Amino acid sequence: MSTFWSVWITVITLIVIFGCAILLYWCAKDKMGVEEGKSMGHSFDGIEELNTDLPKWWVGLFAFTIVGSLIYVLLFPSFGGFGNGLLGWTSADYDITSKAESVERAKESNSQYQREVNAAEEKYGEVFKALAYGDDGKYLPIEEISHNPEAVKVGQRLFLQNCAQCHGSDAKGATGFPNLTDNDWLYGGSGDKIKETLMEGRVGLMPVRGLLSEEQLAGEGMQNLVSYVLSLSGRKVNAIEAQKGKELFGACMACHGVDGKGNQALGAPNLTDNIWLYGGSRKAVEATLRHGRNGVMPAWKDILGEDKIQIISAYVYSLSNEKE
Amino acid sequence: MTSQIETQPDYNYAVVRQFTVMTIIWGIVGMGVGVLIAAQLIWPALNFDTPWLTYSRLRPLHTNAVIFAFGTCALMATSFYVVQRTCQTKLFGGPLAQVVFWGWQLVILSAAITLPLGYTTSKEYAELEWPIDILIAVVWVIYAIVFFGTIVKRKTSHIYVANWFFGGFIITVAVLHIVNSAAVPVAMMKSYSVYAGAVDAMVQWWYGHNAVGFLLTAGFLGMMYYFVPKQAGRPVYSYRLSIVHFWALTSVYIWAGPHHLHYTALPDWAQSLGMVMSLILFAPSWGGMINGIMTLSGAWHKLRYDPILRFLIVSLSFYGMSTFEGPMMAIKTVNALSHYTDWTVGHVHSGALGWVAMVSIGAVYHLIPNLFGQGAMYSTRLINVHFWLATVGTVLYIVAMWISGVMQGLMWRAVNSDGTLTYSFVESLQASYPFYFVRFLGGAIFLTGMLIMAYNAYKTIVAPKGSLQPEVQEA
Repeated sequence: MSTFWSVWITVITLIVIFGCAILLYWCAKDKMGVEEGKSMGHSFDGIEELNTDLPKWWVGLFAFTIVGSLIYVLLFPSFGGFGNGLLGWTSADYDITSKAESVERAKESNSQYQREVNAAEEKYGEVFKALAYGDDGKYLPIEEISHNPEAVKVGQRLFLQNCAQCHGSDAKGATGFPNLTDNDWLYGGSGDKIKETLMEGRVGLMPVRGLLSEEQLAGEGMQNLVSYVLSLSGRKVNAIEAQKGKELFGACMACHGVDGKGNQALGAPNLTDNIWLYGGSRKAVEATLRHGRNGVMPAWKDILGEDKIQIISAYVYSLSNEKE
Repeated sequence: MTSQIETQPDYNYAVVRQFTVMTIIWGIVGMGVGVLIAAQLIWPALNFDTPWLTYSRLRPLHTNAVIFAFGTCALMATSFYVVQRTCQTKLFGGPLAQVVFWGWQLVILSAAITLPLGYTTSKEYAELEWPIDILIAVVWVIYAIVFFGTIVKRKTSHIYVANWFFGGFIITVAVLHIVNSAAVPVAMMKSYSVYAGAVDAMVQWWYGHNAVGFLLTAGFLGMMYYFVPKQAGRPVYSYRLSIVHFWALTSVYIWAGPHHLHYTALPDWAQSLGMVMSLILFAPSWGGMINGIMTLSGAWHKLRYDPILRFLIVSLSFYGMSTFEGPMMAIKTVNALSHYTDWTVGHVHSGALGWVAMVSIGAVYHLIPNLFGQGAMYSTRLINVHFWLATVGTVLYIVAMWISGVMQGLMWRAVNSDGTLTYSFVESLQASYPFYFVRFLGGAIFLTGMLIMAYNAYKTIVAPKGSLQPEVQEA
């Protein structure tokens, strides 16, 4: 912030605050040349105005807010770029420009935000550690944590706070956001795979028209392919269409496999289980084929940290693997 | 009062009559939409799966209708009435007053069409797209010309305090509107703000809060300064209080916007100043309440039989309550609890229903007999019924929102032993349902009062001239 604007802000701030004080002083003192409690002598449509003294309590209230405000603006950042006030308080570290810098400076920062984050980290970090680590100081296997009801409860709370926005508070997902309770996995359902998904995020890309050309899907091509894809899940379709569509499906096998059962290494969905990430109506499947899909699971490692992810993974794991 | 009118100069009452009638009509429309969207929060099916009946489109229609249709028509009616009578001269500019009336109705109509269609700048209280913004600016400048032209050719030596407030409101709203609405049009109904990021947010709330400060506070204080002493038949309590609270209010209010952006990307210094100026604002705001209520000294007994005066005095009480609550909510630590909750909605409505609507209703009840050649309203009893409906409706509304707001704030910050949030957002929403119903009820009761007012006004207007006379009261 340039010096000019800081000076500008400082000057008009002080003019307004001191201006109020001067105005109050003057109006409390001056008698307007008219006797106390008498009319000012002008009448507007029959309305007169009395020269009554300002109520004492009101003058006191006004003066109190003015003085209090002057103290506040000295203590807290108020004069544009001129310092942060006598207390050196800031709400956040405005000068930080990268995640790395923020991590580096987190401990000694005096901003209110960072102090509160540090305090929370100190107070609650232990809770997560106790649930995620074994006696040997290493992470417990996620499958094992998922048998600890306390950990699952904490994991569920973390899930509700961070994951439910997309996956729903019952974890059953929504169009475009996978259901996490059906033991149907795009990238694998082992504890470690779930954790990998959470830590690093995923990008699930279905290319436009798959790998087919516009010509191949022209005419009845699209209808045939949709019929074949639906037939994989045992849906009733026109058998002739499905037969023709099967020829086109050759281009899809690269990801979805020869039998259409998908490929977890690529995140290519299984097309034979009648579970549909983007909807299983003819229209929805056609839209997927025509326009492609671009699903994104964000990477959470920098946001939540590994300890919490270990516990959330256990919760997610438990959803499809109820107590044996 | 009728005899007074006959001896006075040839005032332009036509435009005042038009604005007064439209105040009632737009009040019913604006509040009716409010009641509908309050009901939608409880019964979402009430949007009938129709895009232009969805909450998101009707909510700006509600706010625009009550602020700029109901509130501003009331301000235009009363300012045109008051400036003529206190300056002892006819409105300046001849036909320009009619341009203001029809121009403003065109603005309202455009808003009522474009907002449900989904055209919006997405700036709160400034949603209207650029062609309408230009129309507003033009009409507003003509309004200013008529008002200040009348002040210039006044026959009185001084300018009455009501006109200071009306004048301050007219000038500031023009500046706020033009600066905040500055945008680059990309199509007939689409534009982008010229500001970006935190600056855009700051300009928006500088506008947003001063729409409250200058339109809903200063403007209506102008109204109060005429109708309270007039209806009470008493002199204004303190001229000196008028001076100090007018100048302090106008110079400090303009700073208060940043308190809408506490704990955001807005620089700390701006947040600090927004907070302290809001606190300094407390006493100057109360100056108006003291001056209004104390004007009744020696005439308190009139409250027993004059429901119009009751409207005016209760409006001042709500005004005092809101202007105490506002500075408190501007304190950062309080704001950390109250912000984004229904408490804010309750605060706005204690101002909008309790203060703005009640003082306007009082003024309209005073105006209608005077404008339509009657000695009194058709039914004083119905005014009284309206008074109680309005008071009960307002109280139900704001108490429901206080409870639900504080509850939401507490639920959102509650944490478990592991630091995770105790409640999900949906749980706080579920807990709010009973209060949403009470709010809906309060709004519906208030709206009922407005319908009674419309009936009473209609009967007064169509009655043979001079046939209605006030009941004689023992002094």
